Amino acid sequence: MKTIGKYFIFLGQLFVRRETFSTYFHLVMEECIQIGINSIFLVALVATFMGAVTTVQTAYNLVSPLIPNYIIATVVRDMTILELAPTIIGIIYAGKVGSSMAGGLGTMRITEQIDALEVMGINSASYLVLPKIIASLLMYPMLVILAGVLSILGGAMAGTVTGIITPADYKYGIQYIFVEYMVEFALIKSYVFAFLIASISSFKGYYTTGGALEVGKASTRAVTDSIIAILIADYLLAEMLLTS
Amino acid sequence: MIEINNINKSFESKQILMDINGTFEKGIPNLIIGSSGTGKSVLLKCIVGLILPDTGTVNYDGREFTHASRTLKTEIRREIGMLFQGSALFDSKNVEQNVMFPLDVLTKIPLDEKLDRVNFCLKRVGLENTNKLMPSELSGGMQKRVGIARAIVNNSNYLFCDEPNSGLDPQTAILIDELIQEITVEFDITTIVVTHDMNSVMGIGEKIMFMYKGRKLWEGNKKDITHSGVPELDDFVFANKVMKSLKKQ
Ligand SMILES: Nc1ncnc2c1ncn2[C@@H]1O[C@H](COP(=O)(O)OP(=O)(O)O)[C@@H](O)[C@H]1O
Ligand SMILES: [Mg+2]
Repeated sequence: MKTIGKYFIFLGQLFVRRETFSTYFHLVMEECIQIGINSIFLVALVATFMGAVTTVQTAYNLVSPLIPNYIIATVVRDMTILELAPTIIGIIYAGKVGSSMAGGLGTMRITEQIDALEVMGINSASYLVLPKIIASLLMYPMLVILAGVLSILGGAMAGTVTGIITPADYKYGIQYIFVEYMVEFALIKSYVFAFLIASISSFKGYYTTGGALEVGKASTRAVTDSIIAILIADYLLAEMLLTS
Repeated sequence: MIEINNINKSFESKQILMDINGTFEKGIPNLIIGSSGTGKSVLLKCIVGLILPDTGTVNYDGREFTHASRTLKTEIRREIGMLFQGSALFDSKNVEQNVMFPLDVLTKIPLDEKLDRVNFCLKRVGLENTNKLMPSELSGGMQKRVGIARAIVNNSNYLFCDEPNSGLDPQTAILIDELIQEITVEFDITTIVVTHDMNSVMGIGEKIMFMYKGRKLWEGNKKDITHSGVPELDDFVFANKVMKSLKKQ
């Protein structure tokens, strides 16, 4: 409970005594590149396989002659957009980007780099963390969109290669009863997750005390706490936005 | 000149600093000495404002810092340079970017002037042509030198050094001490050096404050330190065999 209070105080601290816009602009750009390099390959790989596996497994489960083949593609699309792309990629993102944010900040803390910023009168929390959160908010939704596209393409590939479904059926299936709100919902989720992962991981790293061992622990805690937060938020958002 | 009055600081009911008073003069290195864990770093952090003391005041040439308005604090901070125990160089930036950093955030001077100033400071600490090296490519002594260059780049009036020669071999340690002393005299600044190294004390100890378990027990210079009459200080000074044999003579 005390930790949660400290977390909100930490969030408040990000918005006082800020630097100039151009300082943040450069820092945000650097972070975006960092996040891209850190995660794009893994996200693409996971997303493609996710789509492929979902296609094969859905086909395996739908053996009734009453259900048309194109439904396989519809199921892959819905699962991808609603859950797989935003949530599973969130867990990957927490593991790659969240842990590196916490590790980087933890190292800066124990080697007194954060103190060095403070001596110069810089609000170190805002200077170091705000760009990470903004960059996450910019990059994560894009990664989710990329993951969604690749997952659906991965499904098409697997379906065609194994002969489960023809490309024409697949194309029909992914357009069949398409509710646009699903995409909106996925984007809302990705903004929420991006914020949670970046802020929780930064929080864990920023308040590291001790030595190299504690930096390692902070990274691990950043990943586990981010994942728990994602899962709770996932459930709450589904409650709030999907049931009415 | 920096004056501190009645500094007290506790962490979770454990009192670390007890009623510390003292003055630190301009143009000479002022040393704060004592064994590990006696609160030297905490005192230094109270002076530079990284830690807020529970009571007490810190005066920078007559300007009260601890409870100053944000504008005055910023003004004083611009005049402060600090060398940290592990150098605390930003490891994602190269030497030039590290040294230029205070100018980037504290001033609005044009880039070519900033570069001139950076090169001047790097030259002063004996590190010409290392501009593009990364901190991880530097030896411990070179990192300290970059740290010093970064601390003085903004024409600082106050220089703080926490264990400037920890982790260095004895020869490099002496060179760093001498560099700090030369810079202090040359730029006529107020320098506070925290150390537990007797070599530094005997080398640059013009004005020394001895701390023991959170208290200031003695003040003086290197000539008087061997006959202070304070038992805790004697234990500290004569911990090493060479010093002990000197005492017998
Ligand atoms: N932020 C902190 N929170 C709690 N205790 C601290 C903190 N910083 C220092 N201490 C404690 O204060 C004491 C003095 O530490 P320090 O000033 O670092 O000693 P030194 O004289 O070796 O520099 C130590 O017992 C240390 O554990
Ligand atoms: Mg110390």
